[in-house]
Amino acid sequence: MNNASGERRGALPSGVSHFRELGVRLRENDYLADEGLSTAIFLSLKLGRPLFLEGEAGVGKTEVAKVLSRILETPLIRLQCYEGIDVYQAVYEWDYARQLLHIRAAEAFGGEDRERVERDLYDREFLVSRPLLQALEHRGPMPPVLLIDEVDRSDDEFEAFLLEILSDFAVTIPELGTIMAERPPVAILTSNRTREVHDALKRRCLYHYIEHPSFEREVEIVRLRVPDAEERLARQVAAATEKMRTMDLYKPPGVAETLDWTEALVALGARELDEQLVEATLGSVLKYREDQQRAANAGLAALVSGVGGAGRDA
Amino acid sequence: MPEGGIQAPPMLDAAVAFGRVLRGAGLRVGTDRIVEFARAIEEMDPARRDDVYWSGRITLTSRPEDIEVYDRAFELFWETGGGAKPKPRPKIRLSVPQPDRSVMPPKKTVEKNESGEEAVRLRYSPVEVLRRKDFALYSPEEFAELQRLLADLRLSGALRRSRRLEPAPRGRNDPRRTLRSAMRTGGEAVRHRFRKAKVQPRRVVLLCDVSGSMAPYSRALLRFLHASVVAGGRLEAFSIGTRLTRITRELTTRDPDRALRQTAGAVRDISGGTRLGDAIKEFVVRWGQRGMARGAVVVIFSDGWDRGDVSVLAEQMQRLSRLAYRIVWVNPLKATPGYKPLAAGMAAALPHVDVFLSGHNFESLEELARAVAAATERER
Ligand SMILES: Nc1ncnc2c1ncn2[C@@H]1O[C@H](COP(=O)(O)OP(=O)(O)OP(=O)(O)O)[C@@H](O)[C@H]1O
Ligand SMILES: [Mg+2]
Repeated sequence: MNNASGERRGALPSGVSHFRELGVRLRENDYLADEGLSTAIFLSLKLGRPLFLEGEAGVGKTEVAKVLSRILETPLIRLQCYEGIDVYQAVYEWDYARQLLHIRAAEAFGGEDRERVERDLYDREFLVSRPLLQALEHRGPMPPVLLIDEVDRSDDEFEAFLLEILSDFAVTIPELGTIMAERPPVAILTSNRTREVHDALKRRCLYHYIEHPSFEREVEIVRLRVPDAEERLARQVAAATEKMRTMDLYKPPGVAETLDWTEALVALGARELDEQLVEATLGSVLKYREDQQRAANAGLAALVSGVGGAGRDA
Repeated sequence: MPEGGIQAPPMLDAAVAFGRVLRGAGLRVGTDRIVEFARAIEEMDPARRDDVYWSGRITLTSRPEDIEVYDRAFELFWETGGGAKPKPRPKIRLSVPQPDRSVMPPKKTVEKNESGEEAVRLRYSPVEVLRRKDFALYSPEEFAELQRLLADLRLSGALRRSRRLEPAPRGRNDPRRTLRSAMRTGGEAVRHRFRKAKVQPRRVVLLCDVSGSMAPYSRALLRFLHASVVAGGRLEAFSIGTRLTRITRELTTRDPDRALRQTAGAVRDISGGTRLGDAIKEFVVRWGQRGMARGAVVVIFSDGWDRGDVSVLAEQMQRLSRLAYRIVWVNPLKATPGYKPLAAGMAAALPHVDVFLSGHNFESLEELARAVAAATERER
């Protein structure tokens, strides 16, 4: 049997043979990765290993998978994990309604032999494939990108199952047999660390912890993603979010919030940040009431004063 | 990071040696990872420092806490002396609280019985006595005995309904099983099958103060933490002192002495001061509010002596009580006759505590296990 996991053909985009070239591709697709992240993605593609990305909310974990599917010109298959997720929601499910209809129909016509009805009942046509099966069944010049998002929300049982899938890139359906991937999908797993994901699963993967971006990088991300924002505004916004991250909030702003905030400001025609504007738009960067309160107590004026990058960028 | 030249050593040898250094520093680095590391460098530029750094970090670490250890080991191994010569392990203090000889009772006492013969009576505490004995007065032999008692103590959180469904005689319709039974009868007598939410114990989070003032109890309490973690289940353990350290992983090693040695290695503030408020805040911010404390039973072992700002502690306890299902505070001082929560930290924390226990002896730990497993009034 041709075991897909034994085959280690890399899935690099054509023309990319160095992590810096990959970094350039990512940037062309509006994603700014630092050296560590570019290397992690590069090695994951080159060695054909799943990539486990961990980090605070909004640092760009999920986006990595989306950008990769664009660069590799291959479909993105997403499995969103949640508490209680099981094999039937992640891999496959029989279409019971149609199966029951099939039995009833066979009964109505009568005379059909039972065994045959039963065999037909578990035909591929009655199988509904969910994301993991879709990823294994995919056929094409490039394997798909399989995003297993927020693994930390699932439970141990499901994790153990993922470990199996990521080792063999195959599943066995008792009624049908084993379905195996032609080539392992480009697998990206993300976690917010609401709980520690089991070591065994992490050890199947390459690992990268994404930090909040440095001040300069965040300014760059803002300029890239919200091209209408003026340089000065972008710098002020990045400086203010950087300060907010040291404020002990329930939900410190991630890049997502920096971008939302900048967009809100641009929509108001802002070219420069001041206290009134911060007050008017605070809800787009701090999404919890308590956090807004905390920032207000610390003084909104302080968010606008001074320059950013304190001690983070040399 | 500066670009320094690194002499390219035979890569696999160097990778193996580096892996050994990391293992010595406490990272879990298996052979599979080391091979992966060697393969990764081959795809990169082994002569360039940053390429080696990232190849290693991506293949050999698996959580943010590993990174600091990795950085130190990397510097030590690749940047001083360089090459394949493994250096002695990085400076990480490995120490374990030593048994205090002064409280060790004489092993045997010699007495004369009625007939005037000398009889040797072992002063071996019978189990009932031991169960009530204050941990601070334990002899080393009694710790060994405690180990046996702990093996039978299970710490399991109060039950809650999980979102996972399982077969049940009544509940929601289960089409999958209904169809299977329909198949057996040829689609005639369709007997409906059901499933309902599985019941699952809540997560239990243990936060154990390891500062100097708790020293007489931390040895017994850490053993208790170890026994609880090893018994399995949804359990997380942290030590608190001047900082917070997650020790669940260190405690999973079955052998208690080895596990405690590893824990002591990971916890760098054993017998230091306590900054309770800051440590609990770190727990709430980094772990608790992201999900670990939600609906969990949180147990804090501490005497409440806080060198930090008590208003921080009060605020954090309030935050924690909003997340947790129940907060149990275990303070060995409570066993002192006439105890009053005089320590400012204890007084600040108590309003947010649901159950207050002493935990100074085995019996009290049994009481703790009951408090952890109990459902609240309204659920019964
Ligand atoms: N390095 C980056 N370059 C460009 N855009 C970025 C970068 N990092 C984050 N973003 C943008 O920020 C937003 C949030 O990113 P994403 O959803 O990937 O975060 P996440 O880490 O998955 O967050 P969560 O944990 O909340 O799911 C997206 O719109 C993404 O495009
Ligand atoms: Mg995401």
